Amino acid sequence: MKLPFLPNHDESSFFDFVSKHHPGLALGSHGVTSSGQPAFEHARSSGALTVPQATTVLAIKYQQGVVIAGDRRATEGFQIADRRIEKVFRIDALSAMAIAGAAGPCIEMAKLFQTELEHYEKLEGMPLSCEGKANKLGQMVKANLPMVFQGLVVMPLYVGYDEKRAEGRIFKYDITGGRYEESEYHAIGSGGKDARNTMREYFQKNLSEPDALKLALTALYNAADDDVGTGGPDLVRGIYPTAKCVTAQGITDMSDDKVRAVYDGLLAVRRSKET
Amino acid sequence: MPMPYYVSPEQMMQDKAEYAKKGIGKGRSIIAMEYADGVVLTADNPSASLHKVSEIYDCIAFAGAGKYSEFENLRKAGIRHADLKGFMYSREDVTGRSLANGYSQSLGTIFSQEMKPLEVEILVVQVGINSHPNEIYRISFDGSIIDEKNFAVIGGKSEAVQTVLKDKSTSPAPSLKTAVNLCVSALEQTANQKLPPEGLEVAVLERSRTGRKFRRLAVADVQQLLSS
Repeated sequence: MKLPFLPNHDESSFFDFVSKHHPGLALGSHGVTSSGQPAFEHARSSGALTVPQATTVLAIKYQQGVVIAGDRRATEGFQIADRRIEKVFRIDALSAMAIAGAAGPCIEMAKLFQTELEHYEKLEGMPLSCEGKANKLGQMVKANLPMVFQGLVVMPLYVGYDEKRAEGRIFKYDITGGRYEESEYHAIGSGGKDARNTMREYFQKNLSEPDALKLALTALYNAADDDVGTGGPDLVRGIYPTAKCVTAQGITDMSDDKVRAVYDGLLAVRRSKET
Repeated sequence: MPMPYYVSPEQMMQDKAEYAKKGIGKGRSIIAMEYADGVVLTADNPSASLHKVSEIYDCIAFAGAGKYSEFENLRKAGIRHADLKGFMYSREDVTGRSLANGYSQSLGTIFSQEMKPLEVEILVVQVGINSHPNEIYRISFDGSIIDEKNFAVIGGKSEAVQTVLKDKSTSPAPSLKTAVNLCVSALEQTANQKLPPEGLEVAVLERSRTGRKFRRLAVADVQQLLSS
């Protein structure tokens, strides 16, 4: 039965609910009126837009779970749009996501995904499985495809702790919503290739948490070294990449002090090579 | 087309109200009670999976008595209302009062316009943070809404439970242990039987928790609270 004055919808997905009843709040609604038509014809034909772009994020599996990390830079053309942007998000008690691409839609997708999982958990009385969450995110990436032709790419990297398998898992996506599982590590964004090169060199199975964190931060450092879009540690302002650990115990933020300590060691080694 | 028999609006409302009250009175009772660190919800519910008490948002819980399918529908709509508001604006803009108003409007409209009223009575409970008081709203099948203090009872022999609790409620809010014992003894007294911990559904909105404050108490926790 339909309830007046309250939002009615048949399924447990918040994403489907807003897409159907509040299309202006859903993904892929930029420059589109509530009737689904483009607001202006030129909004569809003027080519790629210049918007802040978030870059390099990565994830590495280790003994207890997965570490997920990202640099702090957003660029807009040749300008720095933001020095402190946060690209790694806690999604729910057992999963996190990092983003690369157009910053605005990226953050919007993370927020929508957070709401989606909490909404499902409350309606159904139990959380989605790790696989179910990863699939749902794929559908959201797919819904964003029209925006990709405007240059508004949203590329997530999703990590979750699978309680059934008792292991951390990493999922990557393509722009069509295709979902692929990575068994060891992965990095995306403009410096993703550089970060992957570093990880390929030093990755081992069953790393300890400090080693996994060190590898993640080294990979980000090397990516920043070779890629203009990726920010390194900013020693003057004290801005460091962010990292989170996803384990059976939940999501732990790596404190700035911990990250700084790793960089101090890393920079000392690099400096000694120059003399 | 045959003319329908004339029934006075007064008579019609009375019949509907009686029908709804009968449905609600058949069930078991649920109590919401303020305690020192929040609000505790205690339901006489033998099922472990069909919940009568559940989470709506960070500080808001829901309890429904009467027909399961009907209050379940209301619960889901409430979660949608809260999540939509929290997504559109911000998490702190989701309030129990706005939700209770929505429920009241919805139930009132259905009561006056539909053939069959909803046979439900619901509670919207919000734990107060940053030195705000707790809020407990009791909403009836006809959309009438009552702002309760200290405790509220819905479903079953709610009036009898209310009378039992009225004399025992203390003015500085009791501890969780005292509150749960008070609720369970009131439920037992009116049900005329001993309620095992497995037959109770107990959940709390705990002020001290960060983020989502709703927590279900496991049977072992309830057992521990009830053992003196």
